[in-house]
Amino acid sequence: MKNLMVKDENDRVDGVLKVTGQAKYFAEFELPGLTYGVLVTSTITKGKITGLDTKSAERAPGVIAVLSHLNKPSAPLYEQEGGSPMKIFYTDKIFFNGQPIAIVIANTFERATYAASLVKATYEKEAFNTDLHKALKDAAAKKLQGQPNYKRGIENAYQTAEVKIEQEYNLPIETHNPMELHGIIADWKPNNQVTVYAKTQGVKATQNTIANVFKIPLTNVQVNSEFVGGGFGMGLRTWPLEIATVMASKHIGKPVKLVITRMQMFTMVGNRPAATQKVGLGATKDGKLTGITHTAFGESSTYENFTEGVVNMAKFMYQCDNVNTAYTIVPVDLGVPIWMRGPGEATGAFALESAIDEIAHALDMDPLEFRIKNDPEMDQQRNKPFSSKNIKEAYKIGAEKIGWSQRKNKPGSIKEGPWQTGYGVSIGVFNANRGKASVKGVLKADGSLLLQSATSDIGPGTGTGMTLIAHKLLGIPVEKITFELGDSSLPTAPSQGGSATLSTVGSAVNDVCVSLKSTIAELAANSNMSATSDFISVLKKNNLPSIEVNKESQGGKERDNYSLYSFSIHFVQVKVHELTGVVKVSKIVSVGDSGTIVSPKTARSQMVGGAVGGIGMALTEESIIDHRYGRYINNNFADYHVPVNADVPEIEVHFINKPDPVINPMGAKGMGEIALIGFSAAVANAVFNATGKRIRTLPITPDKVLA
Amino acid sequence: MESSDKKNTSGGDTRRDFLKKSSLMTAIALTPSVAVKAAENQVDESFAELFEKIPLNLTVNNKAHSTKIEPRVTLLDYLREELHLTGTKKGCDHGQCGACTVHIDGARVNSCLSLAVMNEGKKITTIEGLSSGDELHPMQQAFIKHDGFQCGYCTPGQIMSAVACIREGHANSRAEISEFMSGNICRCGAYPNIVDAIVEVKKGGAAI
Repeated sequence: MKNLMVKDENDRVDGVLKVTGQAKYFAEFELPGLTYGVLVTSTITKGKITGLDTKSAERAPGVIAVLSHLNKPSAPLYEQEGGSPMKIFYTDKIFFNGQPIAIVIANTFERATYAASLVKATYEKEAFNTDLHKALKDAAAKKLQGQPNYKRGIENAYQTAEVKIEQEYNLPIETHNPMELHGIIADWKPNNQVTVYAKTQGVKATQNTIANVFKIPLTNVQVNSEFVGGGFGMGLRTWPLEIATVMASKHIGKPVKLVITRMQMFTMVGNRPAATQKVGLGATKDGKLTGITHTAFGESSTYENFTEGVVNMAKFMYQCDNVNTAYTIVPVDLGVPIWMRGPGEATGAFALESAIDEIAHALDMDPLEFRIKNDPEMDQQRNKPFSSKNIKEAYKIGAEKIGWSQRKNKPGSIKEGPWQTGYGVSIGVFNANRGKASVKGVLKADGSLLLQSATSDIGPGTGTGMTLIAHKLLGIPVEKITFELGDSSLPTAPSQGGSATLSTVGSAVNDVCVSLKSTIAELAANSNMSATSDFISVLKKNNLPSIEVNKESQGGKERDNYSLYSFSIHFVQVKVHELTGVVKVSKIVSVGDSGTIVSPKTARSQMVGGAVGGIGMALTEESIIDHRYGRYINNNFADYHVPVNADVPEIEVHFINKPDPVINPMGAKGMGEIALIGFSAAVANAVFNATGKRIRTLPITPDKVLA
Repeated sequence: MESSDKKNTSGGDTRRDFLKKSSLMTAIALTPSVAVKAAENQVDESFAELFEKIPLNLTVNNKAHSTKIEPRVTLLDYLREELHLTGTKKGCDHGQCGACTVHIDGARVNSCLSLAVMNEGKKITTIEGLSSGDELHPMQQAFIKHDGFQCGYCTPGQIMSAVACIREGHANSRAEISEFMSGNICRCGAYPNIVDAIVEVKKGGAAI
């Protein structure tokens, strides 16, 4: 379809497909003989299945099979001893409430859903605990070191500082909840070739896992995942439900589609785990940090350990000679967590950036001035210079745009009717990654360029960014460039996570384009054409329909010499209603310091999206468990509140947009995580500035504001 | 009336009971003994399908459809699984997210909360039928221009809702648009861009 508006080269390359409903997500592929799977899940939290009555389900209309640990559908890896205790359909053990225990396959979705309701399980129950805080009080409860303890200078130096604060910060479980429900279509053919349509952030990772579980060659597994309806981290692994669906297809010899329910999205595809943290900060009277201590406890599961970078930021983000950190994971009887946008750093930043605000207040200093005063000249953790860091400039831009000069350091100073106004700031930081990726490029005599890589796009605009890199290097109009992704048969690329895709895959695109350019120049020289000849005439002159280049690209030794990070500064203005305790974020200015901005439109949208996610984390999102039963009680969109349109003000985004000199040829650092990291602290700090109330347990709901 | 009869009969305990009772019904062409024997041989389920589906006539994107369908099929699943109009998305199946928004006789409705059989004689418009011809609808163009999406999954629902929001007269200010678009969740957080798109279309004044 035609777009009659003036087309901007920065528009998303897949925009037309997305606005017309033509973009096909995993559940939307039509396969002949397609059947439908529906999961049966455990109704207890811990114990053992003692009986599973599947007879009525098997007799229900349209049912093809009911698979469970009773009939152990073939999966060679699981048939071996050992390995993960959570081998779906190869264990009778229950590790969490809502664990998949059977899959019912029928010829329609409705029939499978009804039949699944007929499966009855009996259990032997065991005592369980789903509460992090209860586990922390119980000396006998298992606790594991999540990361080696870190120390430089004097341990707990904050305790003897001239001015000190020591506080505890708590985060509840947060659930990714991308709009698209998780699931998979699996189509196992008799020759042991399997094609899956998956919701994954890594087609190669999914391919590897399936090949490994079913002990078939990698090339027998084809993973398609061109469009992914959001991930935020939950697509970074292949979940048991996906393996169950592949098992089912292999078992019945037909394609099987499984789409889980929104309720199941809370239990079996990970979450941002609950955490409790202590931060101690010490400073001189004139506001120089002299000690940072950050200790954290994060939830994990009983059947797999999960760790993330909760205490990373404390080690390098501020100039301070005495720093110590500790991070402990605490297994509870819940499904294993998975990194959620900003992962552990977002958890840690809420605590650290709230604490920074608290000590600035204790010093009666402007928190912005305190941050600038303690801005690190170099990375003291690694003893290396930052490759690029423009935080002071970012502070200046943000402060001006939000109207920081109107802020009063004394909390509760600005009031209009029942609404109190406050301003808050925080910093976000995340490792600027670059991995290894391969890209194939085909430059054709018809003037087009095809680029291919087995990377993903969960929403940031991978294809758009890659197209713009190629456009800039080769001058080919964006509409003549096609970037193909989300297909495991394409050249290898890592999963989309850790804000690394543009840096990693973009570098390979860069290398392909540079190589194509020099090949064209060589061909031109060899055929006595001028060096400025366009590639179309060069190819035609040489009777070449196309030229092809394959490049594998990865970083060199820059990490040995530099510390590489992306930074963001979030400024927010909030209004707090003094009678109802309602907090409204009324203005946002986010400034990104992440090197060159390759794709300005989608980069801005990433920052906007991070701020919206941050509003949810700060004000509304909390997966609540009834710990008596180990069950989620708000596992739906009516009770688990993600921000809606009316919760979100206009958001100003600014970029420093200066190339990083070492990270990659584009000078571009990642952005997906920094868009969110630290945001929740900026809101908490603004609420304190508005009301004088320091809320250290997220989300900042009206009951806490009024308490 | 026909549909209520079906509901009563299909609510029984087992298929066999149902067929045994049905054998008394003159409307059934099968001889009772055959039906009962089939039930005893446990092949009753394939017969049951004949009785469980009821007729449905509706228009989707200006195309008339005449079919027979189980009454428990939602309009959303009918569109996606039967008609393969997968532009309408399933995000929660509970009317809580708006990803499945379609127009029924011009009004925006969460199609997951509507059973297909409730739409007898109605006119449904989905994202695939929003624009006529081969030009994008102004709202689709504005969503692209203002980058009113990232992953794109909520987008068809947002666009259907946005069009209705203007038609209803609920797009007179940014605040009003935000309020009347709050039934459509966007987890990627494109809300300000979505509002920009709606403001532009509204200001453009084109008939939508």
